[in-house]
Amino acid sequence: MRKTTKSTLITTMLISTFAGLSACKSEPESKGIDPKLYTDSLFAVMKADRTNYTKLVVKRLGPAGAGVIRPDEHWMELENGTPLPAQMFRAGAEAVADMTDTFTYSLQSIWPINPQNAPKTELEKEGLTFIAENPGENFYGKEKLGDVTYFTAVYPDVAVSDACSGCHNAHKDSPKTDFKLGEVMGGVVIRVPI
Amino acid sequence: MSMKKLYWPLWIVITLIIGGFYAFTLFKQEDKSSLLIGDATYGHYQIEMACSTCHTDAFGGKESLQTACVNCHKQELDEAHDSHPRKKFTDPRNANMLETLDARYCISCHSEHQKEQTHAMGLTLPQDYCFHCHKDIGKNRPSHKGLAFDSCASSGCHNYHDNRALYESFLLENAGGVWLKDIARIGHASKAHADVSKPAATEADANKAEFHPDITAQWLASSHAEAGVNCSGCHSSSNQSWIEKPGINECQKCHNQEADGFRQGKHGMRLAQALPAISPMESRLPFQPDRLQQQHSCTACHNAHDFNTQQAATTACLGCHADEHSRAFPGSPHGQLQQQASNGKIPLEESVSCATCHMPRLKQHYQGQQVMRVEHNQNWNLRPNEKMIRSVCIQCHNLAFSIDALADPVLLKNNFTGKPASHVPSIDWAQERDKQHESHQSH
Repeated sequence: MRKTTKSTLITTMLISTFAGLSACKSEPESKGIDPKLYTDSLFAVMKADRTNYTKLVVKRLGPAGAGVIRPDEHWMELENGTPLPAQMFRAGAEAVADMTDTFTYSLQSIWPINPQNAPKTELEKEGLTFIAENPGENFYGKEKLGDVTYFTAVYPDVAVSDACSGCHNAHKDSPKTDFKLGEVMGGVVIRVPI
Repeated sequence: MSMKKLYWPLWIVITLIIGGFYAFTLFKQEDKSSLLIGDATYGHYQIEMACSTCHTDAFGGKESLQTACVNCHKQELDEAHDSHPRKKFTDPRNANMLETLDARYCISCHSEHQKEQTHAMGLTLPQDYCFHCHKDIGKNRPSHKGLAFDSCASSGCHNYHDNRALYESFLLENAGGVWLKDIARIGHASKAHADVSKPAATEADANKAEFHPDITAQWLASSHAEAGVNCSGCHSSSNQSWIEKPGINECQKCHNQEADGFRQGKHGMRLAQALPAISPMESRLPFQPDRLQQQHSCTACHNAHDFNTQQAATTACLGCHADEHSRAFPGSPHGQLQQQASNGKIPLEESVSCATCHMPRLKQHYQGQQVMRVEHNQNWNLRPNEKMIRSVCIQCHNLAFSIDALADPVLLKNNFTGKPASHVPSIDWAQERDKQHESHQSH
């Protein structure tokens, strides 16, 4: 009698375990967000914020508007200084880096004013060259840095006003001095570990 | 019993004794100096007995140490517009640079308890740390071709963190001018409190004044008397009980910013860690032998009751400090100006005291008005010494002279008696590059 009870118990346990495992297996796997959709969405927010800062703050309150603030490369030296839109963008990237390591982004160019903002990885070089040669297109790829594999997206950064191209053309550290309005000047590189 | 059989019990007993000693030191004893693994640097030895200031977590590793560094030094790095902040190195694209120098952590360059291999600025790295990332600089700056690999930060041209007085645009904006400008009139003490309603003296104040005529005479000549701060203003606690010797906590009721600065500098940093105030005896600099026991406090420099700021600005410093730079001050051009002011030959505002450079008066916006405050952190603009250029030197000297003078080790020792022996060409190079650029633009 005791033997029968023991066998029944073991059989029941085995069946339950098998049923449980089958149930788990049949559950759809959680896929998460597609990296391309993720970086495209991030870029949309970045671009919107940058455009708004340029239009709603710099243009409205700067020399072209009320003249109460002064956008300047060395804005911290001026009492009414404000970062240039590209510097504001970089400040955002640095502030994000302080908050999370789930993604990083940077503004780079194959014609950088600061050599530290030139592409460093092979994929960055490939991506920035691609977007310069194919206006309007983005670039996506995967790369391994250290022990981590990343999904890396590169989005074109276009000279949207004369102020962008004029400043870069006149800057003594700029390797390119003939940027034109509407031309690709560099790219936003967004990197997500996968 | 043979000797061999005794080894094991003996080993256990010795181990227990040693273990017990360190456990007792760690958990019970107040003096933990036997746990120190090496002398701390000149910037930290003052608080080396406050172990938990840096070692916030026994198992936190690099990250907890980094948090401790940032807790004390973040503000000054932000103010310095740090050229190499951690956030620039956390991007994975810089992973290859981190293999050479892990710039995410302060301790990569500033290891502690290794005094024997610590250079200036608390640096424990070989001095070629700039070279590895910037070795291609000659491509963009032909003037930099062939420069010694360890000369970037040792020549008076660049610093790792603070380049506010050394970056190219600043050099160009401040190029030229005579080495000695019209003497700046260093600002008067703040009049911010001049219109504050003055409290009436209490009966207790009157009684105290009656019994202490000498002290009362000193007080009457002080700015405290002018501002209507009576005996009880400093000598009474919040529950109105009498305090015989008011300390920094009482001073801080009115002089909050000054007290904060004092606690951040070498003079007061022990107080910030709840340690007893430092005395010259515990310091590594040369001091006057008769002042070795003098513990630091507000009144150690300002004297109780007369609070003479002139006295505090030079006499008090030289009363303790006896290093070569301090001893050379009275005979130096700066010291001579101080002497002339004391003799009434020039206005006081045109003289230079120790505090003019080491505890400068700073204009600041406070409660909607511009006030003058004295920075009481003597280290605020001291290291690297180019920090002093903008806050002090260029008020009276041009930038080129200031850079040259601060890069001259002989002038640092003799307190700037004479002219710089060599010239740092950074401004010339910046001007040359600017000229070339303008010429290129015009073609």
